[in-house]
Parts: sequence; C-alpha cells; structure tokens
Amino acid sequence: METIVQNIQTVPLNNYIILSSVLFVIGVLGVMIRRNAIIVFMSIELMLNAVNLLLAAFSAFRGDPAGQIFVFFIMAVAAAEVAVGLAIIVMIFRNTRSIDINFLNRLKG
Amino acid sequence: MLQLIALVPLLPLIGFLINGIGNKSLSKSLVGIIGSGTMLLSFIISLGIFFELKNSEVSAHTFTFFDWINVGNFNLSFSFLVDPLSSLMLLVVTGVGFLIHVYSIGYMKHDEGFAKFFAYLNLFVFFMLLLVLGANYAIMFIGWEGVGLCSYLLIGFWYKNTSYNNAAKKAFVMNRIGDLGFLIALFLIFKTFGSISFNEVFTSAAKFTSGDPTLTTIAILLFIGAMGKSAQLPLYTWLPDAMAGPTPVSALIHAATMVTAGIYMIARSSIIYALAPIAMDIVATIGMITAVWAALIALTQTDIKKVLAYSTVSQLGYMFVALGVGSFTGAVFHLMTHAFFKALLFLGAGSVIHAMSGEQDMRSMGGLKKKLPITFITILIGTLAISGVPPFAGFFSKDEILAATYNHSMPMFIVMSITSVLTAFYMFRMLFLTFYGNFRGTNDQASHLHESPKSMTIPLIVLAVFSTIAGFVGLPEVFSEHHALKSFLSPSFVFTNGRFSFEAASHVVEYSIMGVSLVVVALVYIYAQKRFAKDVYLLPVDESKMTLMQRLSYRKFYIDEFYENLITKPLDKLSTFFYRVIDKSGIDGVVNGLGKITMNGSKNLRTIQTGNTGFYIFSMVVGIIIIMLLNFILS
Repeated sequence: METIVQNIQTVPLNNYIILSSVLFVIGVLGVMIRRNAIIVFMSIELMLNAVNLLLAAFSAFRGDPAGQIFVFFIMAVAAAEVAVGLAIIVMIFRNTRSIDINFLNRLKG
Repeated sequence: MLQLIALVPLLPLIGFLINGIGNKSLSKSLVGIIGSGTMLLSFIISLGIFFELKNSEVSAHTFTFFDWINVGNFNLSFSFLVDPLSSLMLLVVTGVGFLIHVYSIGYMKHDEGFAKFFAYLNLFVFFMLLLVLGANYAIMFIGWEGVGLCSYLLIGFWYKNTSYNNAAKKAFVMNRIGDLGFLIALFLIFKTFGSISFNEVFTSAAKFTSGDPTLTTIAILLFIGAMGKSAQLPLYTWLPDAMAGPTPVSALIHAATMVTAGIYMIARSSIIYALAPIAMDIVATIGMITAVWAALIALTQTDIKKVLAYSTVSQLGYMFVALGVGSFTGAVFHLMTHAFFKALLFLGAGSVIHAMSGEQDMRSMGGLKKKLPITFITILIGTLAISGVPPFAGFFSKDEILAATYNHSMPMFIVMSITSVLTAFYMFRMLFLTFYGNFRGTNDQASHLHESPKSMTIPLIVLAVFSTIAGFVGLPEVFSEHHALKSFLSPSFVFTNGRFSFEAASHVVEYSIMGVSLVVVALVYIYAQKRFAKDVYLLPVDESKMTLMQRLSYRKFYIDEFYENLITKPLDKLSTFFYRVIDKSGIDGVVNGLGKITMNGSKNLRTIQTGNTGFYIFSMVVGIIIIMLLNFILS
C-alpha cells in the first residue's frame, strides 16, 4: 500500500484536479450536446468517474481512506443505476424505435 | 276558573294542530266543529275568569309556567298576567273570535282550503291570546309577531292570485317596519329598567320624573310599533289592501282584534306614556290626522270592504286620540264596542258579498233590503252604532273620547267631531248604495240573490245585540252613578289614574252633545238618503269625470303612488345599481379577475416546460455555475 500511495503522490495534486475537471466538463458537454441516449449515459458515467478520481486522489494525498471507501459506494450505486437506466433505454427503444432523447418531449407544457 | 288560564290559548292551539295536521282527512263539518268548539271552550273559560276577577279582591294575578330564559342577570319566565284589561281583551278576542269561526263555517263552505283556513284562524287566536295574556314584553312580542304571520297567511289565503299575495307581502313588510320600533323599544326598556316584565317595569317607571327623555324615546318607539300593527299614518296603507283576504279574516284580524293590538299595548304601557307628555301629544296628533284622513278616503270608495277598511283605520285613529289625551279607559271602551260593530259590519258585508256571488263593488249593488232582510237589519244596527246614535254602543264610547278631547284641546275636539260626522256620512252612503234603490247588478247575480245560511246570520244577530247593548257598560256619569267599565279597569291603570282626571262634563253639555249628535246624524241620514238611495248619484267609473276632491279621495290622496315614488322606486333603482355596478362588476369582477390571473399566469408559465431534456440539463448546469459563482463572490 505504501508504494501505491507514494506512486500516486509522485504526480502533483493539481494535475489530478485539472484532469478530473476536464473529464467532468467533457461529461457535462456530452450530456448537453449529444442526443443519443447511450452516449448521454456514458457521459454521465464519465462525470461520476471524474469525481471518483478526485476523491481517490485526495484520499491518497491526505492519508484518509474514507475517500476511497466512498468511491466504492459510488461505483456500486452507479452499477445499479446503469442497470435501471439501460433497462429504461431498452423500453424507450421498443416503444419509439429510436433512442434519440429529443423525441422524448411528451411532457412539453 | 283562574287556574284554567293556560287552557285559553292552548285550546285554539290544539284546534290548529288537529285541523292543520288532519287538513286532508277530516270532513268539513268536523273541521268546523273543532275550530269553533275550541273557541267556544276558550270563551267559556274567559267568561269564568272575567266574573271571578270581577268579584275577587285581588285585581291582578300572575301565573308563571316555567322559567324561559336565565342568562346572567336576565331572568324571563313564561307567565301570564290576568288583570281587568287582559280579561276584557280575552272576552273580546274569544267571543268575537268564536262568532267569526261560526260564521266562517257558512262563508267558507265551498272553499277547498276549508281546513287550512280554520287552522290559520285558530293559530291566529292562539297568538292573539298570547299577546294579550303575556306578563312581559317578550311574550307580548311573540304574540305580536305571530298575529302578523297569521295575518300574512290569511291575507294571501287565496294564494293563486298574485295581487292578493302582493297585499299579503305589503302587510307583512309594513308591519315589520313597526316591529323594528317595538323591538328597539324592548331593548331600551331592558337597558333602562333591567327587566321586561310588566310588573317590574311599571313599578320602576313610576319613579321617573315626567318628561324623562328615555321614557319619551321608549314611548315613541313603542308607538311606532303600534303604528304598524294598528295601521296609523304613515304605515296604514297595508290595511285597505289586506281586504284581499276572506271576509271573516277582515272581520276578525283587520277590524276586531289584531289591529287593536297597538291600542292594547299602549294601554298596557300607560304609565310610560303618562310620564312622556311629548309622546302622548304625538300619539294624539297622529291618531287625529289618521282619523280624518281615512274618513275622507272612505267617502268615495266603491268597494264595500274598502269603505269598512278605511273606517277601521279612522276608528283606530279615534282610539289613539283617546290614548293620547290620557283617556285609557275610553280607548279600551271604544276598542271593545268597535270590535263588536265593526266585526258585525264586516260580516254583514261578507253576507252581501256572498249573496252577490263575490261582487264587492257597491255600484253594482242596490235594493238588497228585501232580499237580505236579516243582513240589512244587522248592518243597519252596525251603521247606527258606528255613527254614534244613542243608545247604540258606538255612541257611548265615542262620546267618552270626544268628552276627553273636549277637556284636552278645543281644535282636536272640533276635528274629531267633524270626523264623526264624516263617519256617519260614509256609513249611510254604504248602507243606501247597498240596500236601497234598484238592483244594479247583472241578471245572473239577481237570480242568485239569497239570504245567507243560519251559520252566518246567527253570528250577525248576536253581534248586533252586542253592538246595541255593549255601550251600557260605560254609561257616562249623567245616566249612572259610576262608570262601570272605568271602575272595573281602574286596577290596570292604577299608576295613571291620578294623572289624568277628566271632570265629568256637566249634564247640560252631556245632553247637548247627545242632542247635537242625534240631530247631525239625522241630517246626515236625510242628506245621504237623498244622494244615494235613488241610484242617481253614483261615483262615475270614468275618473276624468270626477271633481278634484272626489278624485283625490278616490285615489286615496295618491299615497300609494307617493310611497311608490318616494321609497319603492329609489330602492329599486338602488338595488339595480348595486346589482349591476357593485355586485356584477365590483365583487364578481374581483373574483373572476383572480381566476383569470391564475389561468393566464399558468398558461404562460407552462411554456417554460419545453420537454427538451437538453434544455433542462443546460439550465441545470447554468444554475449550478451561478450558485458556485455566488458562493465564490459571497465567501
């Protein structure tokens, strides 16, 4: 364990923050711009993992395992969410023959 | 007998319940027997009470049945007061009431609402007896309102006719105006004396000084109540219209009993009035004006019942004059004799109308003397009585009132004397137009002419007898040692006895009044006979041919039109204004406006909900960024 932590610490913390910020912004833009439901879904996962990366990095730098435990929880919940989300997308596809989210505007006021 | 007092009002109530509930299932003869039988029993008990009271040492008995209201320092018990005044009223109400019930059996025989009619009549008598017997103003007020209700129900008895319904409504509304005065007076009495029971109020009122403003206010407010109920100016116009009801109703309610409630109430509160000279003057003046006013209108009325109605208003005016000058006994005396002869006249008129198959216009009558002999003789007696011919009842009571006004003020005496000449004139006019000359109706009516059945003529005869002899209870001093009615009633006016003493007119004056009135009545008789008995002088049907005075009188001094323009129309306009402007555009506008604002607001707001997922996410991101920026700036 010592080595992994030390290895992580060889890269400055700022780099991690920048990387995860970039990843997060890519995820946000992906959700906002792309219309394919699968891609949107992937972008959401990207955002989650950007946060996970940040949590793991801080955890290592501060010598506090709580961050890494939190990451595990996020991954578990994300897995469950993916299962539900993909099921929804399958149902949408069956009904509309498309996974373009712009067609899903039936709640328009 | 005194212990049976509760039965007096209860019996008519029982009659009302039986006839009211068994409306459809009871046979007409049974309804008649129940209706009149309960009245007869009531009358017998009242008679017993009257004689027991006359012979007993104690003059006033209070019977408390139960505690009615006990709130804080306000204690009200349901109790009856039996004293000379109320026992005399009991006799009048139950006696005349009984005769009129009997009469109604014949008069209403062919009416489909027979049982309903008797139920209402019995209910009326019940309330009237409550009014008369109540030992405090609250019970009096229950009776007061109750008789008003029954009057409404009976005026509109033939409810299919709209104008009859309007007459009923008019009576009710006008009475309400007066009732408001009575009600306020009641509150004021409670505030001033802390009680509304007669005994306590009168005992403490006697300690006030004369002319006390509170007492004056109370007296005037009570008189406003009496104005409504007893049809005095300016609230009298409902009474002539009330003739829409069946004739027995006119006789019982609108001549003999209910309309005299105001007189009774003031006589009962005599002590309050005795201490309020201003109120007394108002009562006397209004009574006097009403007496002349109504007599003038009665001169040209062509409807036989309208003549009698205006005559009633006029005679009620007489009674108020008597009250106003302090002759309480005179007012009650005239009330009693008037109840007899006016009920007689109304019932006689009913008999004529019955014979004429419903025709009430005197211009179509005439020459009925031969066909209706009993009716003719009884009406003649009634006419003589009301005209003040000795020895008929009206003479003595009127004489007493005139003597009292003579003592009080000369102008009032002159006006009242002229009124009594007018009274004689319009009554003889009615008599001649109806019974003398040739028959002026249709052949169809002529073939139906017949004397009324026994159930109608017997009450007429009994009332005629009373109209003849009732005056002897109050013989003036010139004939008898003491005034029987006065000494009988004096315990009821014990507080006021000393205040108004009328010196008995000297024998010369007394005889000359009698002589003059006889001569005047004889002259009026001759004049009226010349004018009306030969069919020549009838009021033209076409109004443009009447003289100015005739038209004024015929149109009742345009008082209905005056009220219409002064009160009804502005009120109508005001309510239209309130309906259109305040209600429709004001209140409705606010309510509907609120609804519209919500509708439009939501219509516009819902467009924000685009249904576009990308937009939602975009706004979410923007929102988060803004929050973060704010966070930076603020921290």
